Amino acid sequence: MTTSEEVTLLLPDLDDDTSAPFWAGTARGELLVQACGACGVWRMPPRPMCPRCQSISVRWVPTNGRATIWSFIVAHPPLLPAYAELAPYNAIVVALDEDPFIRFVGNLVTSEHGGINEIDPATITMGESVGVVFQPVGDVSLPRWVRAET
Amino acid sequence: MVGIGQTAYGKGLPDSELSLACQAISAAIDDAGLQPADVDGIAMFSMEDGREVDVARNVGLGDITFFSQVGFGGGAGCGVVGQAAMAVATGQCETAVAWRARKRSAASSRPWAQVSDRISGHHQWSRPFGVLRPVDEIAMLTRRAMHEYGYTRDHLANVALAFRKHANRNPIATMHAKELTREQYMDARWISEPLCLFDNCLETDGALAVIITSAERARDLPHPPAYIHSFAQSIPAQHQVMTNYFCEDPLLGPSWTCARLLWERSDFQPADVPVAQLYDAFSPLIPLSLEGYGFCERGEGGEFTNDGALEWPHGRLPTNTSGGGMSEAYVHGFNLVLEGVRQIRGTSVNQVEDAQCSLVTSGEGVPTSAILFRA
Repeated sequence: MTTSEEVTLLLPDLDDDTSAPFWAGTARGELLVQACGACGVWRMPPRPMCPRCQSISVRWVPTNGRATIWSFIVAHPPLLPAYAELAPYNAIVVALDEDPFIRFVGNLVTSEHGGINEIDPATITMGESVGVVFQPVGDVSLPRWVRAET
Repeated sequence: MVGIGQTAYGKGLPDSELSLACQAISAAIDDAGLQPADVDGIAMFSMEDGREVDVARNVGLGDITFFSQVGFGGGAGCGVVGQAAMAVATGQCETAVAWRARKRSAASSRPWAQVSDRISGHHQWSRPFGVLRPVDEIAMLTRRAMHEYGYTRDHLANVALAFRKHANRNPIATMHAKELTREQYMDARWISEPLCLFDNCLETDGALAVIITSAERARDLPHPPAYIHSFAQSIPAQHQVMTNYFCEDPLLGPSWTCARLLWERSDFQPADVPVAQLYDAFSPLIPLSLEGYGFCERGEGGEFTNDGALEWPHGRLPTNTSGGGMSEAYVHGFNLVLEGVRQIRGTSVNQVEDAQCSLVTSGEGVPTSAILFRA
């Protein structure tokens, strides 16, 4: 991917107060999960109130960035132009090893610098182990995933 | 339900969404044998372009004493009808209209293409990674269902082919003249693997409307009424719209929650239902809905579609007998509501003989609703 392509991808609004700490974390190379400041339960996506104990107290907890592939797709056009240029590309949902009910949407890439269209989709398998990498796109660092070393 | 009306379906229709809505509503009032001034209640999709006041002023409705909106697009079809029925039942109005009008055939009008390049809210967790379109969001759940349940492309083809056969017998269906073979399905281009072109609904311009009044008043009107026997809406606990990947068990979609109340309130149970209109923005929503609404066990929705089970006239459950969203028209599922009524009136082009009840469901994957009509 070239830089000019990357900056036309859709990016999170960093002024969204609820999720800003998450994106600040990825910028530092940390995959954070929001946890309830009172009862400690993890939740994803982040939100203002704990659905279990109704506390509005929030903590951000670092994770070890290890996960397994829960599902995946391979997207083909018609797509927004920046994505159409990369198609076909994969998108995945991963479940964290530390709490399998915490899931993230991402992409499977070959390396920290790899593109989202470089892995042969036919080789992607449900349940395979992956680890997080952080890829700068514009002013955001997106968490994506590489195959875990066996 | 005493009146149904609609515009023609098309691509690039010149009329505005408001104009289409008014034409369909006017036709439904005529069909009911009523006058516009008889209508005193309105229930509508929150996504409509035309507002309550605009519709009322154009169609010449009377004084309105009840108006309400239901959100979440395709989940709202049975919702607006049910809200209207509740308003009639509680005396907030006597005769209500519900409708959906859409102009979706232009690529530029598709909601997923109208995004700013900065995403807030729940889409920030999916769109930056290229999960952009509804089809991507549902493809992700489909792959999971293939893994957990053993759904196959053959199962999804069963769905697409059954609905196409129904449309081939329906003169107003967009795909009336186009046959679809299993080979064409298997060779079709991918849109979002594991979903191909024929797993997707159509994009249609058009409008459909229905008139709801009291059972007492219905007896004096020209058509045999389709009684709203049971109605339910649902937002399951911890549900997230479309990208429902974050709860404990994402494959237990809104159908499951909706079905509980629907059958609890009903004299009929799934085994008694001879015909169904199941929301079909995407083919995998059919097996998921068959499970959710109790036509088979969890995980068996794919298998259920085998042996022509969804096909009129001989299948176990003729489904989407007008062609549905995939082969008749995609108007946020509101054409399913009208077909559910026609099955009770006995006027479907693929009429199930002596249908005593008829199920219609709205969007799976979003906050949803369902109605069981009774003769």
